[in-house]
Amino acid sequence: MIRYLAPLGIFVAMAVFFFIGLGKDPQKLPSVLVDKPVPQFTLPKLKAANASFSPEDMKGQVWMLNVWASWCDACRSEHPLFLDIARKKELPIIGLNYKDEPNDAINWLRQLGDPYTASASDFKGDVGIDFGVYGVPESFIIDKAGVIRYKHVGPVSPQDWEQKMRPLIKELQG
Amino acid sequence: MFRFLVFLIVMMGTGSVSADTAVPNTPFNPEMEDRFKHLTMELRCLKCQNQTIYDSKAGLADDLKRQIRTQMEKGQSDQQIVDYLVARYGDFVLYKPKMSTSNMLLWVGPFLLLAIGGFVLIGNLRKRQKIISDAPLTEEESRRVQTLINSESGENHK
Repeated sequence: MIRYLAPLGIFVAMAVFFFIGLGKDPQKLPSVLVDKPVPQFTLPKLKAANASFSPEDMKGQVWMLNVWASWCDACRSEHPLFLDIARKKELPIIGLNYKDEPNDAINWLRQLGDPYTASASDFKGDVGIDFGVYGVPESFIIDKAGVIRYKHVGPVSPQDWEQKMRPLIKELQG
Repeated sequence: MFRFLVFLIVMMGTGSVSADTAVPNTPFNPEMEDRFKHLTMELRCLKCQNQTIYDSKAGLADDLKRQIRTQMEKGQSDQQIVDYLVARYGDFVLYKPKMSTSNMLLWVGPFLLLAIGGFVLIGNLRKRQKIISDAPLTEEESRRVQTLINSESGENHK
């Protein structure tokens, strides 16, 4: 009996593994930055180029860093959610305007609304490299001590927000 | 491997002009340029995952090339630069995968399967051998075999 069941068992096991593998997005890589301190940087603010933003400014708060750009189509799909989060004051969202023309970026925000407490302008993309950014949009949740606790690659869907991010943020805010 | 190298060398000849213009940076001396080439060929562009940073013309790859150049100018060693990128992007940034506990199964898995297959094969062969030797012919059977052999050698059997 085992003779006949063993191949079937192996087949089922392989099928399950392959099926799981098929469902995974190869663009989503595990982040090495989770549980690491947020990279330090100082960048000019998008809307006030003579003022600067640094993650130090956010010490003591749970906040989200959202990497976005006006050339990024996928950013549009998460934008309404962020506007909603900002309206409900769930947590401050800091934008990292990645490799973008400041004027294009400001226009984009004017048209679609601005959910960001502030946006930092990373024109050259060097800060993006420090955050291991390889696809825009990306979002990081950072705790009160300035440690990255969660990374999301790609647009944040309402489900991602409700199921993964919001519970974590509530927990971190304590 | 050799073929791949030849392929690369041929490709370098055809693509070097555009690749060089893509990174507007102060050129190195030939020795450093060689090191740079070598280093970027071992690193993966994370945007276009099946290309090395050297091959890729994605914006991110250009930025990473620029970063690598600046770090080389600062006198960082290859290992330091690779560590810098791994700290940000993880082991996936290495085009040649490293062996670690998380991917150990992938490295040894095929050999493990080969060994299991080998054991099963040997086991089955042994079992079969036992069946064959444990079943001697009865007298009746050996007489039949004998007559068959005789008739075979005597006439042309179809």
